[in-house]
Amino acid sequence: MTTAVAETGMIGALATKFRICPATGLRVDLAAERLIKANAVAAVVFLAIGGGFGLLVALTRWPAVHLLSSDLFYLALTAHGLDVLLMWIIFFEMAVLYFASAVILSSRIAAPRWGWVGFVLMIVGALMTNVAVLQGDSSVMFTSYVPMQARPHFYLGLILFAVGALIGCFIFLGTLVIAKEEKTYEGSIPLVTFGALTACIIAVFTIASGAIILIPTFLWSVGYIGHIDSLMYKLVWWAMGHSSQQINVSAHVAIWYLIAAVTVGAKPLSEKVSRTAFLLYILFLQLAAAHHMLVEPGLSSEWKIVNTSYMMYLAVLGSMIHGMTVPGSIEAAQRKSGFTRGVFEWLRKAPWGNPAFAGMFLSLVMFGFLGGISGVVLGTEQLNIMMHNTLYVPGHFHATVVAGTTLAFMAVTYLVVPLIFQREIVWPKLAKIQPYLFGIGASGISLFMMGAGTLGVARRHWDITFPALDVTLPYGYSPAASLMMGLNGLSAILAATGGVLYVAIVVASILFGKKVDASNAVAALGPMPKKVVHDAVAKYGDAGTWHLPGTYVLVGLFFTTFILYYFVNWKYLSELWPMQ
Amino acid sequence: MAEQPKTDSPAAPLERIPFMQRVLDNPFLLLFAGVVVPAVIYILWGVMEISQIPLVK
Amino acid sequence: MAIHPPQSRVWWKEPIAKAELVWIGVAFLWGLIMFFMMIYWHIYGQQNLSTQVGRIDPAVFEQRTNDFAEKFKVREEGDTGIPVVKPPAGGDAYMLARTYEWWPVLELEKGKSYKLHISSLDLQHGFSLQPINMNIQVHPGLEHVVTITPTEAGIYGVVCNEYCGLGHHVMTGRIYVVDSGQGG
Ligand code: HEM
Ligand SMILES: [Cu+2]
Ligand SMILES: [Cu+2]
Repeated sequence: MTTAVAETGMIGALATKFRICPATGLRVDLAAERLIKANAVAAVVFLAIGGGFGLLVALTRWPAVHLLSSDLFYLALTAHGLDVLLMWIIFFEMAVLYFASAVILSSRIAAPRWGWVGFVLMIVGALMTNVAVLQGDSSVMFTSYVPMQARPHFYLGLILFAVGALIGCFIFLGTLVIAKEEKTYEGSIPLVTFGALTACIIAVFTIASGAIILIPTFLWSVGYIGHIDSLMYKLVWWAMGHSSQQINVSAHVAIWYLIAAVTVGAKPLSEKVSRTAFLLYILFLQLAAAHHMLVEPGLSSEWKIVNTSYMMYLAVLGSMIHGMTVPGSIEAAQRKSGFTRGVFEWLRKAPWGNPAFAGMFLSLVMFGFLGGISGVVLGTEQLNIMMHNTLYVPGHFHATVVAGTTLAFMAVTYLVVPLIFQREIVWPKLAKIQPYLFGIGASGISLFMMGAGTLGVARRHWDITFPALDVTLPYGYSPAASLMMGLNGLSAILAATGGVLYVAIVVASILFGKKVDASNAVAALGPMPKKVVHDAVAKYGDAGTWHLPGTYVLVGLFFTTFILYYFVNWKYLSELWPMQ
Repeated sequence: MAEQPKTDSPAAPLERIPFMQRVLDNPFLLLFAGVVVPAVIYILWGVMEISQIPLVK
Repeated sequence: MAIHPPQSRVWWKEPIAKAELVWIGVAFLWGLIMFFMMIYWHIYGQQNLSTQVGRIDPAVFEQRTNDFAEKFKVREEGDTGIPVVKPPAGGDAYMLARTYEWWPVLELEKGKSYKLHISSLDLQHGFSLQPINMNIQVHPGLEHVVTITPTEAGIYGVVCNEYCGLGHHVMTGRIYVVDSGQGG
């Protein structure tokens, strides 16, 4: 390998080893690099396990297949939620935090030893909780609502996992301090790092809430505490459970900016606007935990409305801003590179064959159109009555956390493997189709689950046919529900294929990929539009940057869909039985 | 780094950084705000309401 | 690029392009509209979740539901032994949730309002009225009083849509809605 390993004097006794990245010129702390690798690998392993459970669940919910027995189904569903939502996402986020601080700021990482302590805690915690679930008497879903009780090590594992993740957050903050003191950058931190900071802040709140609720619950499971109020539990649990989804949003928006920068040379259109949008996330996004409490008895409508609307939809405003500035910055960069014909040449000639770009753009579109719109509708106080705990809910969040976050994380992996693991992606042809397979599958599962939810089908439910043999008072959903569940099963197979492909490509690339050095460093990042990587786009804030007709069309389309779908749901609501 | 930020010409006296930019450049201030706002509006307010649910006669 | 620090030292003062400002303004206004839509519906809409809630001992709630069922029972549901209970129009009705049943079966009259008391005796359950798709969370120890007005005669299913254990999928209940003055 021809990577230059430099030792810097200024750090003194703890000589930190760096290499210079041949593609970007960034200085990479090798200790940070090892941590990034470990966390990314752990993430992919849990995605493989959790995704497998997801496929089993989807095949069971397909009435014609009905694969697992009921006990195994609830076990698999618990494991699926835990392994993908917590383990895959949070391990990957640790890698993102280390990358966005140490690598992007060319800084040494703070306290790498603690980074390993955190990593080990997370691994031990994740295994402990998985063991509890696989033992079979902790099928309580990842939400573990009291008074339903799991085995003590179910909760203990989650607590250890959270403590480990908290250590990672502090290392991120510590690295920001070091980079500033040691002046590894000038001025303000880059936008991507700012997005990661947003994720980190939300993570601190998330984990603190988790501690407040899981520690007493653990003590209750071993008998030290007699009673935990079910509503109180749920309130605080969702301050963790939902906020952790907001970590994902912040992290994947940061990744959108990152991929746009690396693959088409995009710059933020306005630092001020993009950062203010992140500030709105920091302040208000976490209030949306109330989305899970809208049909709960015992909370006032005032509390529900203020919280569920993120304080008058200010965090939605943040998302709608990113939804314009990310495609806008891509369009601006592409136009500077000469793709100026018509409204959409910039988009047609974008590097669709580069899995990083394709995954990123699909993630952006599907997160906005499917996840964003359905999320706001679901989170409207009264509309929630028609959707709470139906399959509409998993339908919505498979658009956000699977088609949005997971796909963005997959996309950035196609850059992380050459940049950090220093390996070329093997099987470029398969890599090229992987984001499409997974993206189409993921939008299928989310759309069809939403469809079934609209027909009333319950979530977390083993048998929606209610055979009269087992059920005293049978009930039949409309036949269209079975059709939706069948289409959902087919989409699940598609998504799982995309997932298997991703895991296989990543593992094979890390093990057998051609080594990356100065000669192939840029090529290893995948196909790019001509003359980009170091092409300096004119200064942002420039009026000239702002002729972006394609972006206006996209945003206009989005907004129209949003308004129509929103009011259609109010019309449906008005047809329900009057209630007060 | 591939692209160093250009600071304003060294001769001119440095312009004062605007207040909001200083806020956004301060991670710990943001951390404080990002924890306190939801802790008060969501958790505290919610806990108060739940603890005040009356008993049924 | 987004992976480099901002180009100018003072980026806060950079002008914002007009198109961007317009979009921010539109998005902000849309947020306000959606916010006030919820408030509007509380004042003029017909479907709002009741906030009449109280803490109750599950044993007391069970007792009240039993008394209610005994008093207004009109028949039994097939050979299941579950009572079908017809509360007086405009009056109180009780339905309890326990693993794994909604009890008793109710018979209501179309166009009449009822104060439906729901609560759970053990875990959390999900009251999901089908096919109209009305969903309310049910907690142990909390009594929720919801005023409902059925609009069409028919047989309605109550499905449990909160996971409540390995028998969750067999937990169902039933509500009959009959035209006024009929049934019984
Ligand atoms: C191959 C890809 C996947 C498939 C086929 C799939 C399918 C499903 C299905 C069918 C359900 C069950 C819904 C229900 O019965 O209530 C479900 C639940 C869920 N999925 Fe996925 N999923 C996939 C990937 C993911 C990923 C990547 C994530 C997170 C990053 C995720 C997060 C969840 C969560 C949190 C639940 C809810 C579990 C619960 O209700 O306790 N899924 N998924
Ligand atoms: Cu139940
Ligand atoms: Cu249930």
